[in-house]
Amino acid sequence: MINRIVVGAHYGLKDWIAQRATAVIMAVYTVILGAVLLVVRPSGFEAWQGIFANGFIKFVTFLFFLSLFYHAWIGVRDIWMDYVKPTGLRLTLHVVTLAALVGYAAWAAAILWRL
Amino acid sequence: MAEMSIKKQRPKNLDLTTIKLPLPGKVSILHRVSGAGLFLCFPLILWLFSASVNSPETFATFKSIFSSLPAKVILAGLIWAYIHHFCAGIRFLLLDLHVGIEKEAARKSAAVVFAVSIPLTLIFWGVLL
Repeated sequence: MINRIVVGAHYGLKDWIAQRATAVIMAVYTVILGAVLLVVRPSGFEAWQGIFANGFIKFVTFLFFLSLFYHAWIGVRDIWMDYVKPTGLRLTLHVVTLAALVGYAAWAAAILWRL
Repeated sequence: MAEMSIKKQRPKNLDLTTIKLPLPGKVSILHRVSGAGLFLCFPLILWLFSASVNSPETFATFKSIFSSLPAKVILAGLIWAYIHHFCAGIRFLLLDLHVGIEKEAARKSAAVVFAVSIPLTLIFWGVLL
């Protein structure tokens, strides 16, 4: 039995849980959207756009994108932490990744709320 | 005592060309590779989604992209990446819940990931591309 004293800011556990929670949200969304597409069977532009113009689908699609970007932040940050040793370069990559993901989130919102 | 055992010299092999990963190891590294690939292609994916819902003209552009072979290969790669990441992710969630953590069960579930993700990719390739 090892008496491990847990110290620190605990962001590791928070991120671990967030990565899994966002994964579940995205998995559920994938199944819901798959079911909607199987039922509606959109044949052209009008029907396809109509799906995402629907208020509920628009909301959950945006929720999916937000989950995706949070999930990707944790995953990509882990990749940088595993393979990039020089601190300055790693920090730069972290900032670039975060900036890109925040930008994608705004882009996704713009796409959805134009509908 | 603990420190002494850590400092002991142990054989190690980090040569990627000679490492033979077991099936769960392959699922794991491909989970990372597919995730990284999806991340790098986000701008492309968002652009495609934007084109598909924006207007009838951009929708036509979106559809025409599917007819070129290089685009088909890239899209098939993205479809595989999503499906593999999805299937392997569900396996990891189950492992987190201590479902199937014994060696035999874990190897079997790794095989299931490939047995599901590869045919599913081919089906989506057939239906969409």
